[in-house]
Amino acid sequence: MQIIFFLLAATALISGIMVVIQVNPVRSALFLVLNFFALAAIYLLANAQFIAAIQIIVYAGAIMVLFLFVIMLLNLRQPEEGGAHRHLGQKIFGSSLATAVIALVIYKVFRMIVPPGKPLTPDFGSTEMVAKSLFTDYLLPFEMTSILLLVAVVGAVILARSKVE
Amino acid sequence: MNLPLLIGVMVVKILVVFVVFLTTIAYVVLMERKVLGFIQFRYGPNRVGPWGLLQPLADALKLIFKEDFTPPGANRFLFVLAPVIVGLTAFLPLAVIPFADKILPDTLTIYGQKLDLTVASLNRGVIADVNIGLLYIFAVASMAVYGAVIGGWSSNNKYSLLGALRLSAQMISYELALGLSVIGVLMIAGTLSLVKIVEAQQHMWFIVYQPLGFILFLTAAFAECARTPFDLIECENELVAGYQTEYSSMKWGLLMMGEYGHVVIASALTTTLFLGGWQGPFLPPVVWFLLKTFILIFFFIWVRGTFPRFRFDQLMYFGWKVLLPLSLVNILLTGIIMLYMPR
Amino acid sequence: MLIDYLPILVYFVIALGVAVGMVALSEAVGKKTHSTVKDLPYECGMVPVGDARSRYSVKFFVIAMFFLVFDIEAIFLYPWAVVFKQLGLFGLIEMAIFIIVLAVGLAYVWGKGALQWE
Repeated sequence: MQIIFFLLAATALISGIMVVIQVNPVRSALFLVLNFFALAAIYLLANAQFIAAIQIIVYAGAIMVLFLFVIMLLNLRQPEEGGAHRHLGQKIFGSSLATAVIALVIYKVFRMIVPPGKPLTPDFGSTEMVAKSLFTDYLLPFEMTSILLLVAVVGAVILARSKVE
Repeated sequence: MNLPLLIGVMVVKILVVFVVFLTTIAYVVLMERKVLGFIQFRYGPNRVGPWGLLQPLADALKLIFKEDFTPPGANRFLFVLAPVIVGLTAFLPLAVIPFADKILPDTLTIYGQKLDLTVASLNRGVIADVNIGLLYIFAVASMAVYGAVIGGWSSNNKYSLLGALRLSAQMISYELALGLSVIGVLMIAGTLSLVKIVEAQQHMWFIVYQPLGFILFLTAAFAECARTPFDLIECENELVAGYQTEYSSMKWGLLMMGEYGHVVIASALTTTLFLGGWQGPFLPPVVWFLLKTFILIFFFIWVRGTFPRFRFDQLMYFGWKVLLPLSLVNILLTGIIMLYMPR
Repeated sequence: MLIDYLPILVYFVIALGVAVGMVALSEAVGKKTHSTVKDLPYECGMVPVGDARSRYSVKFFVIAMFFLVFDIEAIFLYPWAVVFKQLGLFGLIEMAIFIIVLAVGLAYVWGKGALQWE
């Protein structure tokens, strides 16, 4: 079990790094898809079957399609000239921010005290369990989601309008 | 539990099912050519073997030995990757579709080792009985769009790119209607497992409770498979062959197998969700399953021989302004009927 | 539970092997010839003008954005449908509100003509 987890975690990490260092944007996007698959498999390992499935459907199936469309829309064929020097400020800022986040995560993980957990019920992570808590205990956030999605739709329309005209 | 032996039995079972599936795909191609031939008062293939029955074999051999051409302007890795994705997304949904009830005994003794076949539903007529079965299928189906986009983009051909764009816009639009039209079935069955959905249809097929859902699902399935009247990528006079334009040899063969694989899967899934799956009297379950599936495949071919093709704006209009609202209405109607008309 | 997914993994490996094998086989045995004219992208026999990777209509991108929003709506509907019988009228009302809010979104998109293809 642990070996499978470490293999998947390694896949996720390596593909994540490849997303950043690939020059070709399409390849970079495909590595991100691989990353999502590794994450979905890890969810599955943790018994969260429903979350694993929607990880693929929403992230790999919908969000990445949008990304691919953008990449194709812009058609970045060659990397921009002199990119290394022009974005020097961004690079310094980005890497220092990333280092800070990683340091914070490591600090927190090693300081964390894991409370002794209760044994999981057999149907933990099943669709029924997710549904029951989502539609009773978390009813308000669920309804708020619809408002959020509505705002997203309006935003998409306005964005498209301003681009066309 | 003897894991290596278990995996051995698993591999044998999967190989048998997979070979039958691949043969079915090959013969559906022949069936389509024959049926279209008769619709158009011709014979269709009739030279290779009796009634052209060996035609798929000849086609496969021909495709393997054809020149394998990759355009120099193409992105080579992605150009090869696309047919593999198309093939995989057509093959993988089969894993959760139940084609029979029980096909093996509960325990089996191999070389003196007693093996419990109820583990991982090895004794049942399904490769994997997972309780998110339907979501697994939608997850695989949502990957199909990558095959088209990557294939079209990597070819470095204007027809390919345009065809890929149109096809991907079509697929994501109809994926919504496809996903929403089955909600009614899930509400009645109360599960995502396809095995349990078939079992829930023991007394009555879901097409009786979900006539609108059935029509919406079948229509969206036609569009997802890019079949007539939604076959805009094959609009020869506009786009040559869409994203497949630059493909040749077995790479093209794999794209073709993907297309027909999708037709077989769509028919099998419609059978499972609405037509009672393998349930039926007198005949063995496998026979019932294949019979219903092939009737639907015939329907796919019949429609191709009958209807003209949509225009692209009509296609998008139909998907977003007809199918999507109707499937939302279907969900609410099903809910109201289920609450106030207890049977 | 996890063992239920083992057949899918085995099946995936077999299917991937078949798909890659088919491509590799034809790559190995098919002959390859090149010539200047043959290497051009296919454009019905005309000499191609410009590069294929040009920019295209923003409409496709907008459709992908709408798809994303409504796909997330569909994702919420699956678990709801599975437990609908247990939730009863309460479940129907909460989902009706959810669907109506998004139907308003669809109506807005429709009214603004964002689904119109000229």
